[in-house]
Amino acid sequence: MVWWRRSKPPEPLPGRGARLTLLGALLLVVAPQTLDMPLPLGLYAMALILWRYQGERRGWALPGRAVRLGATLAGIAAVVGSYHSLFGREAGTALLTLMLCLKLLELRSLRDAMLVIFLGYFLVVAGFLYSQSPLAGGYLLFAALALTTALGALSHPNAARLRLGLYLRQAGLMLLQALPIMVLLFILFPRLGGPLWGLPNDAFKQGRTGLTDSLRLGQISDLVDSEAVAFRVDFDGPVPARNQLYWRGPVLWVTNGREWHPDEHTEGSIDILLDTEGPPVDYQVTLEPHGKRWIFALDLPTEWPVPYAMSEDRQLLARFPIQRAVQYRIRSYTHYRDTDLPDWQRRYATNLPRTLNRQATALGHRWVAEGLDPQQRVARALALFREQPYYYTRRPPIAGANPVDEFLFDSRRGFCEHYASAFAWLMRAAEVPTRIVIGYQGGELNPVNGALTVRQSDAHAWAEVYLQGRGWVRVDPTSVIPPERVEEGADQARFDDGERPEMGWASALLRGLRNQWDALDYRWQLWVIGYNQERQRALLRALGLDGLELRDLGLFLVGSVALLLATVAAWLGWRDRRRAGPLERIRRRLDQKLARAGAPRHPAEGPQALATRLALEHPRLAPAVGPLLAQYARLHYGPGASPEAVKALARAVATLHLPRAH
Amino acid sequence: MQQTLTQVIETTSHFILGKEHQIRLALACLLARGHLLIEDLPGVGKTTLTHVLAGVLGLRFNRVQFTSDLLPADILGVSIYVRETGEFSFHPGPIFAQVVLADEVNRATPKTQSALLEAMEERQVTIEGETRPLPSPFFVIATQNPSHQIGTFPLPESQLDRFLMRIELGYPDRDAERALLAGRDRRDMLHELTPRMTPAQLIEAQQAATQVHVAEPLLDYLQALLEHSRRSPHFIAGLSPRAGLALLGAARAWALLEGRDHVLPEDLQTLLPYVAGHRLQAADDQAPLGATQLAAHFREVPIP
Repeated sequence: MVWWRRSKPPEPLPGRGARLTLLGALLLVVAPQTLDMPLPLGLYAMALILWRYQGERRGWALPGRAVRLGATLAGIAAVVGSYHSLFGREAGTALLTLMLCLKLLELRSLRDAMLVIFLGYFLVVAGFLYSQSPLAGGYLLFAALALTTALGALSHPNAARLRLGLYLRQAGLMLLQALPIMVLLFILFPRLGGPLWGLPNDAFKQGRTGLTDSLRLGQISDLVDSEAVAFRVDFDGPVPARNQLYWRGPVLWVTNGREWHPDEHTEGSIDILLDTEGPPVDYQVTLEPHGKRWIFALDLPTEWPVPYAMSEDRQLLARFPIQRAVQYRIRSYTHYRDTDLPDWQRRYATNLPRTLNRQATALGHRWVAEGLDPQQRVARALALFREQPYYYTRRPPIAGANPVDEFLFDSRRGFCEHYASAFAWLMRAAEVPTRIVIGYQGGELNPVNGALTVRQSDAHAWAEVYLQGRGWVRVDPTSVIPPERVEEGADQARFDDGERPEMGWASALLRGLRNQWDALDYRWQLWVIGYNQERQRALLRALGLDGLELRDLGLFLVGSVALLLATVAAWLGWRDRRRAGPLERIRRRLDQKLARAGAPRHPAEGPQALATRLALEHPRLAPAVGPLLAQYARLHYGPGASPEAVKALARAVATLHLPRAH
Repeated sequence: MQQTLTQVIETTSHFILGKEHQIRLALACLLARGHLLIEDLPGVGKTTLTHVLAGVLGLRFNRVQFTSDLLPADILGVSIYVRETGEFSFHPGPIFAQVVLADEVNRATPKTQSALLEAMEERQVTIEGETRPLPSPFFVIATQNPSHQIGTFPLPESQLDRFLMRIELGYPDRDAERALLAGRDRRDMLHELTPRMTPAQLIEAQQAATQVHVAEPLLDYLQALLEHSRRSPHFIAGLSPRAGLALLGAARAWALLEGRDHVLPEDLQTLLPYVAGHRLQAADDQAPLGATQLAAHFREVPIP
């Protein structure tokens, strides 16, 4: 056997139509990548494609070695200059994109074009590092279709006419044929837990929208403009009343007068010391990644899955920041009594800086001096908000040095964070232990799938006061503002208990579309992105395949793909055989024997031509095969073939023995 | 009959040296009742081939040299007023023969060309309202210089379709040319030519050709070939159903010449370049498709 072989001359590039198809597909692949790059890099990549396009139209020659080298070095330098690295998600994909476009500078042979296509497939997948939405998935399919179409155009190198429709159909058919295998691989490919598996850490967007672990005035009102989904909830039973839907997040203890922060000593888990009332609420939350450790649950959770722990101030925390969508089942009680107040909590919950917001502090002190009990002090504060002309607005004035005083006595216009922080300030001044909770309030029930979607615009802040005998009690000072004092355009849904004015058909349609899209997105998150080890186990258990180890799973995967392919092959073979008549089978048999003897028949070679060629090229075989071929030609193409003669020929062919090729 | 046909081929080969394949093709064309177009340079023996074929088959032969000032009436004939009788009398043109050689057909104007081609198709001519049948058998051999020569009117595709086959003669090989140079003058030899076949025998042979058996698998292959021509990106348009019928008829005649009572796929393969060559146009619109090129294109079609 010859294992060294002189390399064949490279196959030439196919026609211009195929090359333009390749450029088109490449443009589709590269364009979304350039959006994530710094502008100069994106422009560079686009310019390379455009240059090649012009070159194809005008017949420009490819540049020389020096230009290619210069362009490549410039590309590398630009990537390093932009990212200070060649590795990692951003720099890596930018480098890959640029190199792919630079390959166009030396597109000489079919192999180069193929290389571009295969790198293109890789780049399409790299797009998933940036976005895992269903839209990204759809675009991936679209780009793969375009690349496969270009592949089809490239594999007809001699075609004088570009048959784009045909190649597109073929590509679609091929993708459809690959679908069952893709589904099998997706379901069965072993999923590993832990951070080793999955996307690299810098694949997660920095500066994701979401709550931060501190409250600064003006922060949540930024969030309100974001329609991004925070999490979705599937309730087992009926959805609790809207005014009970407080999704508890971080708890803030420490303030400097302008900002509120959590206390770092609150970590560590506590036992539940709760008196619960009313029925429990069971539900499952699918939380979008937000890069922080806390997870959201309905106020107040009593049962939660193992990897999460509850801190002393009743936050649920994960061990690591939530970097991919997670799911958890929770049991909560919307009515509860939390009776315990350790000393340190009392100390923290009444602590105020002395130098700021003196007017507010003085007001709190006055309530104490008037001899009101804590319950009455809370009522007094809420009455203040309700009866005085306080307005709820999404565009509050910018806070100055004493933000609470300015809000309470001057502007009287604020957002939930203003009300919560002003209320907490007043309560602490009035010696009522108070803390601020931030999270989300409400949510939108999607009629398509019955899930509650909580968006960033539902972000909210409220307060909790400690009352002797009743424990920590949730007080939402924003909720006492009467609807007429809610500024137009602010989130009125929060105030009017789900009563909506009659909608026009256009907005109804839009809402319906949004619900459909949201349901699709949820399903995608649940079944595609969120398909993890746990979910795989559950699915396999449902299929009766539980107890499979990782190795078994791999074997099972390989086995089932092989079985699938073998079934298709067997079916095709069977269909083929069933269609073939007896003479057809005789010819196949003879073809097989000839091929094994080293004299394969060309598919377009008739019996007479074959006999002539055998006589010339394989005189060994000709005496035995020649008469059979002549008889076959007579029976197959001549008039009146008798079944006996066909059978005789079949026997003769079956017993034919040809010497094997060496 | 087989013997007679073999004799015809042998005798003709005696005059046209080293061109047996082309002689067989021409004869097959005749047996399939088709007309023949010979395209080649002057002086390779186009006219001699026609002469010999007509002579050996015992057919009446006329030759028309096409020129740019040739008029339709010069081919079809005219009615002339005869003073003695006071009537018009028809003087038939050269087309009233059993074998007509239309020499350099692409030199005539399209009007004259179409007169000839209509007569070929209808096998009758209508002059001044009177229809006159042409003799039977009727066989036109047109010759054409490669159309890129100056002062020619290349036949349009629709008219090319009237010819069953287009063949090229090509230069003789070395031995044949030596024999030609060393031998006697071909024109003298023509005088000694004696027919090997009567017109009645020829009509009988034409009848026999239509009886050659065509099996279902062969029709499958023929359809696969037609399909390929229609789907292949190499051609501007595929072969028409008429082209399919032409190929089948030619293959039957070819099988008869081979002494077979059935058509083999090889027959289709042999004849395809000559039957399809002038009916297909290359998509890249360069030189017309050569026989080898065509054969290579259709080798992609497996025999079912």
